[in-house]
Amino acid sequence: MDTIDALALARIQFGLNIAFHILFPAITIALAWILVYLRVMVARTGEAAWLATYRLWVKIFALSFAMGVVSGITMSFQFGTNWPGFMNSVGNVAGPLLAYEVLTAFFLEATFLGVMLFGMNRVPGWLHLASAVLVALGTSLSAFWILALNSWMQTPAGQVYDGATLIAGDWWQILFNPSFRYRFTHMMLASGLTAAFVVAGLSAWRLLNEASDIGARRTLRVGIVIAAVLAPLQIFVGDLHGLNTLEHQPAKIAAIEAIWKTGKGVPLVLFALPNATTQTNDYAIEVPKLASLVLKHDAEAELQGIDAFAPDAPPVAPVFFAFRIMVGMGLAMLALAWFGLWATRRGALPARPVLWAYAGFTFAGWIATVAGWIVTEVGRQPWLVTGVLRTAEAAGPVREAALGASLTAYILTYALMLLAYIVVLTHMAGAGSEGAQGPARALAMQAAT
Amino acid sequence: MSIDLPVIFTVLMGVAVLAYVLLDGYDLGVGMLMPAADAGEQDVMVASIGPFWDANETWLVLGIGLLLVAFPLAHGVILGALYLPVVVMLVGLMLRGVAFEFRIKALGWHRELWNWLFWFGSFLASLAQGFMLGLYITGFEIDFAHLAFGLLVAGGVCGGYVLLGATWLVLRTEGHLQQLALGWARWGLWWVAFGVALVSLATPAVSETVRDKWFDFPRTLAVMLLPAASAAAWIWVWRATGRLKRGERAPEWAPFAGAVAIFVCAFAGLAYSLFPYLVIDTLTIWEAAAHPSALKAVLWGAAIVLPFIVAYTVFSYRVFRGKAKAGLYGH
Repeated sequence: MDTIDALALARIQFGLNIAFHILFPAITIALAWILVYLRVMVARTGEAAWLATYRLWVKIFALSFAMGVVSGITMSFQFGTNWPGFMNSVGNVAGPLLAYEVLTAFFLEATFLGVMLFGMNRVPGWLHLASAVLVALGTSLSAFWILALNSWMQTPAGQVYDGATLIAGDWWQILFNPSFRYRFTHMMLASGLTAAFVVAGLSAWRLLNEASDIGARRTLRVGIVIAAVLAPLQIFVGDLHGLNTLEHQPAKIAAIEAIWKTGKGVPLVLFALPNATTQTNDYAIEVPKLASLVLKHDAEAELQGIDAFAPDAPPVAPVFFAFRIMVGMGLAMLALAWFGLWATRRGALPARPVLWAYAGFTFAGWIATVAGWIVTEVGRQPWLVTGVLRTAEAAGPVREAALGASLTAYILTYALMLLAYIVVLTHMAGAGSEGAQGPARALAMQAAT
Repeated sequence: MSIDLPVIFTVLMGVAVLAYVLLDGYDLGVGMLMPAADAGEQDVMVASIGPFWDANETWLVLGIGLLLVAFPLAHGVILGALYLPVVVMLVGLMLRGVAFEFRIKALGWHRELWNWLFWFGSFLASLAQGFMLGLYITGFEIDFAHLAFGLLVAGGVCGGYVLLGATWLVLRTEGHLQQLALGWARWGLWWVAFGVALVSLATPAVSETVRDKWFDFPRTLAVMLLPAASAAAWIWVWRATGRLKRGERAPEWAPFAGAVAIFVCAFAGLAYSLFPYLVIDTLTIWEAAAHPSALKAVLWGAAIVLPFIVAYTVFSYRVFRGKAKAGLYGH
């Protein structure tokens, strides 16, 4: 690429924004439900230690939520500024889905988060617990609408044309389009794993400073158990999702597996440097016939290569590498979670190297989530909405200079925010849940609930 | 009976934008007033907006979302023309949103830094919003005179938000801080008068349509009630803040209610000037509207969900009524 044009800048800017944004919902969607669990434990035991743990994690949640809110507001503007063609051509389908997300989810979570954060001493216990549930419900509803839209962009269904205008024919088909249930489950599990590793990682970080912190020992176990259950489920669902993609978006699978030419008995490429110029793989390490066997359950089956879709084929290298990063992280998380299950059995405190491993894996879910997002979004190119709208057709008339200036402003702001977020999170977790709460506090708490 | 969907959506969008301006207006205003108070008072100021700011900003997402969904053509034209000020506003909103959370957790010079960013972000976002309003009502002309006009309107909008923020603090705080807030409110009143006067003079000067709407006899007699009502609200706030400042009896909610009335009048006047245009004298709501099927789909959802949103918003304000205290809200 010798010149960076406006389309490339618009894509980099939007891609950067959406990748930055997804980091925070990936944590908060599942962390909201973990908070419901912590809040229930506070109500059931009335213990000061549970209350302190809840208080620590609700702060971490609020911080992550605020990061998601402000980067999300930016996105609602960038739909118009960067992709005016998107709303002009498919707005009659995409618009209502976005509107429903705002109406049903955003107000719910934002309002009850206020009650959850500041209202513990102002509303009855049951109402405070209900607020925690409503916040969690809001975050999940938001994921529902946005994944319905993304799945529709991947595998459109239910739309019809009124003259030249694309409109919704059947909302049920649009919402529950062919890839929705796989993608939604995959994303919810990804959020569960991301949040579980954040919880386990920050708890391990605390235990490295203060091994006697009972709250941190509990949340370490909570994170590990959730990860140990969800990691194998995610691998299973991921496989189903892949088979669904093979059926509806075979070009994406060709890019994931770096299959350049259509053929029978296709080998599985474990590692290679995909070469777009020669349309071959350099330095390939392959297992003969395995791709055919895995994808079609038949070693001799035919698989379509990039050549079957050119020129409407996605770039191979980024999809190929991102997929391997995602799967690699998934397997490492599975191994660490199951090992942790054993290392924390019957309330045992894991050895320091194990705690360091968890601390190091705090944001492992982010890497897997962003890699997975690159696979699915880059794998859809050159389409913005598969078979309906090309990415190039949706770009706006904003000048390169304006895009360049705003991109710089966004990068600086995001870098500052991300740095501050990670520093504050590790600092807060390292300091623990604000010391031992006296018994008087616990009683006051019981009276309040 | 046929219903005019674009008109309904214009009303909905107007309500969302007005709700945003009033609600985020007071918390942006409180943010801009931060440097004028000492550290202890700053904590009370932040506590007074803590439970609300997230939901307040959601009205912006709804307003811009409705523009995007109902009038995609206008969304592209308006946001394309306002591209850079939008970026400035977003950077401001991001900085203040996260600074709000970070400052609670920080100590020492970190806390000072986040306080400063909270002020800076609030100011930047308000300035950008006012600047956009200035460009918007003059039809997005870009030359020195229009940019200067945009900056003047930006000053007026900042002053208006300061008025909302200060009167909010009069309602939600007590003692020395409340006295300070009364002074800020009176200062904000002058800025608001300046901003409203600017916009009221500029719109008829720019557009003949607007001129006709306001100065066409005998309609003039009726529409002039609006500026008269604004002036009455202005005087009411001036008198109420004066009485409270001198320690005389006056309801503490009066200045905030008066400030809201000024904003509602100004907004109604602007809406009256522009309707039915989304881009002044260029693009009407009917030309920009999305397909009726999409509008109907959203209208159903809005009709069902909006009453709930209003109900739990009222609930949240009831839960957190009364005077704000620094420690009480500390997460």
